[in-house]
Amino acid sequence: MSLITIQTPNVTGKKYWRSLNQLADTKEFRDWVHHEFPANATEMLDGNSRRTVLKLMAASFGLAGLAACNRPVEHILPNSAGTEADNYLPGEPFHFATVMSIGGHVTGLLVETHDGRPTKIEGNPDHPHSLGAATAIQQALVLGMYDPDRSAKVLQGGKESTWPALESAVQKLSLGDGSGLRFLSGFVSSPTLDSQRTAILKKFPKAKWVEYEALSRDNELAGANMAFGQPLYVHPKWDKAKVVVSLDHDFLNLDAPTPFFTLAFSKRRRVGSEEDLDKMNRLYAVESQFSLTGANADHRLRMKGSDVQQFATDLAAALGAMPGLNVVNNGGAADKRAKFLAAVVKDLKAAGPEALVVAGPRQPASVNALVALINEKLGSACVTYTKPVIDKSNSGIDALKTLAGEMSAGQVSTLVILSGNPVYSAPADLQFPVALSKVATSIHLGAEEDETSAAATWHIPEAHLLESWGDEASSEGAASIQQPMIEPMYGGKTPIEIVNWVTTGKFTKSHDIVKSYWLAQFTGDKEQAWRKALHDGVVAASKTVDPIKVTVDTKKLATALGAASKAASTGIEVGFYPSSATWDGRYANNGWLQEAPDPISKLVWGNAAMISPKLARDQKLTDGDIISLTRGNVKMEAAVMVQPGHADDAVSISLGYGREKCGRVGKDVGSNANLIRTTDGFYFAQGFTLAATGKREILATTQERGTGDQQHDRPLAREVAIDEYKKNPKSIEEMSEVPEIHSIYSEFTYDKGNQWGMAIDLTSCTGCNACVVACVAENNTPVVGKDQVLRGREMHWIRMDRYYSGDENDPEVIEQPIPCMQCENAPCENVCPVQATSHSPEGLNDMAYNRCVGTRYCANNCPFKVRHFNFLNFHKHEPELVGLVYNPDVSVRMRGVMEKCTYCVQRIEETKIKAKRDGRREIKDGEIKTACQQTCPAEAIVFGNINDPNSRVAKLKKQERNYAMLAELGIKPRTTYLAKLRNPNPELTA
Amino acid sequence: MSAVLQDPQLMEVNPPLVRTEDYHDLTEQISVIVEGDVVKTPLKYWITLAITASVTGILGLMLAYLVSTGIGVWGNNRPIGWAWDITNFVFWIGIGHAGTLISAILFLFRQKWRTSINRSAEAMTLFAVMCAGIFPLFHTGRPWRAYWLFPIPNTDLNLWQNFRSPLIWDVFAVSTYFTVSLLFWFTGLVPDLATLRDRTTNKLKQWIFGALSLGWRGSARHWSNYEKAYLILAAISTPLVLSVHSIVSFDFATSVIPGWHTTIFPPYFVAGAIFSGFACVMTLLLIARWTLNLQNLITIKHLENMNKIILVTGSVVGYAYATEFFIAWYSGNLYERFTFLNRAFGPYWWAAWSMYSCNIFIPQLYWFKKMRNNLWVMFVISITTNIGMWFERFVIIATSLTRDFLPTSWGYFHPTYVDMLTFAGTIGLFLTLFLVFARFLPMIAISEVKGVLAVQKHQFTDKEVVAHDLR
Amino acid sequence: MTLDELKDKIGIGEDKVYAAMGAFDNPDDLVEAGRKIREMGYTKLDAMSPFPVHGIDDAIGVPASKLGWLVIWFSALGALTAVTLIWYVGAVDYRLVIGGKPFFDFSYTIPIAFELTVLFSAFASFLGMWAINGLPRLYHPSFNYSQAHRASDDLFILVVEANDPKFNPQQTAEHLRSVGAGDVEVVEG
Repeated sequence: MSLITIQTPNVTGKKYWRSLNQLADTKEFRDWVHHEFPANATEMLDGNSRRTVLKLMAASFGLAGLAACNRPVEHILPNSAGTEADNYLPGEPFHFATVMSIGGHVTGLLVETHDGRPTKIEGNPDHPHSLGAATAIQQALVLGMYDPDRSAKVLQGGKESTWPALESAVQKLSLGDGSGLRFLSGFVSSPTLDSQRTAILKKFPKAKWVEYEALSRDNELAGANMAFGQPLYVHPKWDKAKVVVSLDHDFLNLDAPTPFFTLAFSKRRRVGSEEDLDKMNRLYAVESQFSLTGANADHRLRMKGSDVQQFATDLAAALGAMPGLNVVNNGGAADKRAKFLAAVVKDLKAAGPEALVVAGPRQPASVNALVALINEKLGSACVTYTKPVIDKSNSGIDALKTLAGEMSAGQVSTLVILSGNPVYSAPADLQFPVALSKVATSIHLGAEEDETSAAATWHIPEAHLLESWGDEASSEGAASIQQPMIEPMYGGKTPIEIVNWVTTGKFTKSHDIVKSYWLAQFTGDKEQAWRKALHDGVVAASKTVDPIKVTVDTKKLATALGAASKAASTGIEVGFYPSSATWDGRYANNGWLQEAPDPISKLVWGNAAMISPKLARDQKLTDGDIISLTRGNVKMEAAVMVQPGHADDAVSISLGYGREKCGRVGKDVGSNANLIRTTDGFYFAQGFTLAATGKREILATTQERGTGDQQHDRPLAREVAIDEYKKNPKSIEEMSEVPEIHSIYSEFTYDKGNQWGMAIDLTSCTGCNACVVACVAENNTPVVGKDQVLRGREMHWIRMDRYYSGDENDPEVIEQPIPCMQCENAPCENVCPVQATSHSPEGLNDMAYNRCVGTRYCANNCPFKVRHFNFLNFHKHEPELVGLVYNPDVSVRMRGVMEKCTYCVQRIEETKIKAKRDGRREIKDGEIKTACQQTCPAEAIVFGNINDPNSRVAKLKKQERNYAMLAELGIKPRTTYLAKLRNPNPELTA
Repeated sequence: MSAVLQDPQLMEVNPPLVRTEDYHDLTEQISVIVEGDVVKTPLKYWITLAITASVTGILGLMLAYLVSTGIGVWGNNRPIGWAWDITNFVFWIGIGHAGTLISAILFLFRQKWRTSINRSAEAMTLFAVMCAGIFPLFHTGRPWRAYWLFPIPNTDLNLWQNFRSPLIWDVFAVSTYFTVSLLFWFTGLVPDLATLRDRTTNKLKQWIFGALSLGWRGSARHWSNYEKAYLILAAISTPLVLSVHSIVSFDFATSVIPGWHTTIFPPYFVAGAIFSGFACVMTLLLIARWTLNLQNLITIKHLENMNKIILVTGSVVGYAYATEFFIAWYSGNLYERFTFLNRAFGPYWWAAWSMYSCNIFIPQLYWFKKMRNNLWVMFVISITTNIGMWFERFVIIATSLTRDFLPTSWGYFHPTYVDMLTFAGTIGLFLTLFLVFARFLPMIAISEVKGVLAVQKHQFTDKEVVAHDLR
Repeated sequence: MTLDELKDKIGIGEDKVYAAMGAFDNPDDLVEAGRKIREMGYTKLDAMSPFPVHGIDDAIGVPASKLGWLVIWFSALGALTAVTLIWYVGAVDYRLVIGGKPFFDFSYTIPIAFELTVLFSAFASFLGMWAINGLPRLYHPSFNYSQAHRASDDLFILVVEANDPKFNPQQTAEHLRSVGAGDVEVVEG
């Protein structure tokens, strides 16, 4: 890579592009790329290995990125207490507060930077929706910033163009009264952008601004509208609820792109002491696909997405919520359903104000309305409603439909697409690409060169979250400032800048726009308020709107429901779900996410059509068989995966795959479900015909399908019903017989100083992947690609084990995070011939990478198989650019050595050094947080000094339900588990 | 071998062991092969050598690829950290056991019939251990650091070895075994080298053999020390042989993995080693006997004796299998039971059953003398036995790893072409070395056979007449 | 010293006599003759044979080998080396906690102690044997005997060395013939 060297110190966007063009034009560069690409095809044992691509993708712009790594020119403020951006010490990491919004959910973040480069994203403890936690997707954003496949050039008609050319084009625009002017944006939650919108719509009265998200909160608002006559946000108070009934709402994973829901829900799922046992909530889940919410539910009822409406109606009827409603039991699995319904009704009534029913964003307005009705009938104190602080009147599919219509009719002369990728994500029946071709001037602001950038007349690179000034307000109105840590590496622009530029013709940096907006809001010492807002990550002044008191207008609702009631569903139903990795496809090019296994299916590097075992048997399908799904004139092909517990006659498929124009990581991974997604069946649609194509695709999962899915009666991930536990607290311990172990040696004693240990609470752990990605980001673990995953060589230091139990049609699922157990009598240490792994006095199972010769004996002898071997040089051809994301405190391991979880020893040492600097002997409990613990929204992972009886971890380990896996081997693991307590309804278990 | 089959005299009851009656004649018979000018080396020899040599070349290529790229070119994965690599190691080490054992134990027990096979058996040991050594060295992720396995002061980290690790015990055991076997073999070779030195007229050969034979002149004083040294070497080699495979078995026995963690392993492995070792000697002898026409020196009697040993050791191995299963059931240990059921009926059932049939069932044919004396039968069985023993190691090492404690980390092993060619390559190396040895060094211990002959002359002086008629 | 002085010291050179030598064509005759010659009072006797001849040692009075003792000492040394090494490494030079096991314990020295015992004894017996036999050496007067080359094939040679007090070229040669030796020669050093 040393072939090319370019100096672009402190370049600003425009100049930067030019330097890139020069770069891309040099002969050496081309030769080098051509030489580089075939060069390593052989050793990857598969030319298409995703990993190869991940390494190579950066080839092109990798170097350039390096040079462009500058601090922003504007004044930014670190969150790290007592520090100021200008008195920073080289090597000292800094944390900056910022904020991100996805699908209308806003989360405050803290970004760790080393010498000006962001390396890790964590939750902002001061932000009400984060409290320090962050989801897998949010943490992986940082890798996305260094993605060399990001858009870096202005495109005209998909061809490379220049900024000046675009400038002149924009100058020429004649917007008049805006009759031909349209804006298409994602879910707007930025106060500044909203104020710009208002201004524009005033300036151009005929212009329109449409919001469209492939996965949005529109049904929530529409539901409220149907129930209360006005669009309102629903705020479930999970922590207040004793009984929660989720109607197709995966609020613990897919439907919550924020840690907030898990955070609140798990408050009643954490058992610290005896009385907590009685506080524990009970969760009922009604759903089609097996979701994490279903996995964590105490009772789960599977049904097609389209049947949920009937269930909701029956529930409302059974509760006597509305006159004229009566319970309909439509045969089939009626028995189970009726029993379930009865129990739920009884439980809800009993809970009264502590009862909470929620409907998922997939469910139509009618179901959301019914849920509002039910909650009102129950007098639930667990839900509040607020008016949107930002207008949502022109948002959703209908708005998009109208826009597409106008475009096709040629009524749109100028379309500004602010981020998003509508050509890919718009419903198939809208024919969006065709409509777009009718627009004279379409300007697309996008983070990557995607389907839309190719179709639009102009494409502008969008700045990454960590490069942008902006702001976001939560649905209650709690606003935060979005501050960059770094100058846009590819000279990207922000929506705020583009909107302003296109409509005023002059370019203002978003920093100035955002700052001036907020200074206008502030009172008193505005500059001080601004600085505080940057520092805290929340704007104190921003007024959170108060919940409003509303009542359901039953008459209106009744008529609305009558209109909304659908005919009984026929044929195969297809449900469209967010992807735990790519969301709606926007993160498809992120290797960390592609390799983070789906929490339930354990699928990586792709999606699949999930079907029930029964359907599989009927259609004679097995994992990997490619089927076609047809309905009218829409058709797609996808590989099937048999999902125990899935609703029969239904197929679930995640969006966000099968990207045709995308970076090299996400291109053609999985299959594109948007091809069969239509406006009339946006979240689920009936009447599909399913046919086998005879073709097959190999699906990569991180657990052996079938046999590897069950516990085989082994007491590994233990669970017990709460009543049983109360009766016999010993029941957990009794699950395995641990003989008293008499060593022939005088065993080493760890009774002095800090003795690190960990307790993982399976009761609160939901199984989201946050810890897995946190570990990847913290410990620089490589992405290996689909091919290597298929060979069983994934490198995650902490993995999420998932077990099914019971009937394959209605299984129970338990998730168990597996880091290194740090055994005191570690089997791995005994067998290493060169002492590359030995024990620290503080009880850590240390690994000396540079001593390891790679016999793999330790991995063989590890009962938990948590040791990972670098079978190949997983960092070969690592572009400097992706290298920038690495945590400088953790060495990057070379080929041929073993690696494993270290309890984040670098954090331990860092804290010890700090303590020494402050002249302290002992470290405070909770002062050291491992990466996985820090990000866990459920606080399921607790790390600390087990030698200190008052430490949280020591207390937890005292609980009766604390157990060590495979203790009978005499290995004395330091990581122990708190058994999962379920809170089943006796009436249903009986 | 057909020649032998047609020769009725060779089938006679209790034939004299060595079918020649004159010292010089004996010297001739063996030396001419080495000298190769009186008796021209048959073309089939050179062809075979060419083939095996080129296979050895492939081994070189595969190792180069492995070192340059990483263990990833093999099929090894998580959880199966050891697969064909260590399987082949144990396989070759096992084969390496018969050589020294035949030589040493049979020598201590004064088994006269050993004399015509011990030399080639010892050579085979050396070559097998060489092949074995390749794997522990190259299976490491960083072979260029493999010297860290030896207790030589290293400036890199000045860390020492972990003497609690069976892998370090292996290092000592295997290198000791190789060294001692080499000394033992060479000691036996010296008088014969002197013979060659004294026979040849070619200056170069005189110089070479002269140097190698260390000026041996057959002095009675020398013989007395020599015999003592040889006796001692034999005496220490015997426990050594037993120790080596015991220690190899510790690699597994001392671990915690179900299917590895078993106290029965040391005797079980040793029996298996002798079993496979004898089978391999058998294969080689039959080939040598055929290609170099040694019917007179390697008689049916020798082969039959070896077949008896194969039958015994094979049955011991079978007993070990049975015990394993019994203990797994009797222990009541969840994981143990699963492992052994999985072994026989899991995804690797085919490996397990090929091992049972090759190692237990087929050798039972040797209960019948007809079978013990049939060259074709013994050739086939010697091959199947080695296949069976390879599978035994694969089943123990790899399939135990595929499914251990946590079902979530269960896996399956798919060998790559590199795995296969590497193994094939070691076979090529082994055969090449053996062919070269068979052609350029006396395959049969001349001086020892003469010793036996002298004793016979005492025993059946009357029989000499018979011997005359026979020729 | 000069080459001649050296030759003189180890008793070789045209001017010197090494021994009288005679050949037999089977071991039994050799043993028989050897006993007879010894009875005649010769003490500095040796024999050369293609294989160790049964009974020749007592016949011509070859002392029993001392090799055994050497080996025993070295085997002990081997075991000691192993244990010391492991103790020094684990308990003195670099103390590391491995799998909660003690820094040193005899139990895990056993395998290596055994191996080194064997290794050391093997070297002792191998090298020891050659040392005691004064081999390797490039030249030996016995090679001047016309039939010497057959000593490794089918001849059994009886040697009466010149440094025997009773040695007298003619007489000794006669005595050899008298016990049935063929090709009797007086070989110069």
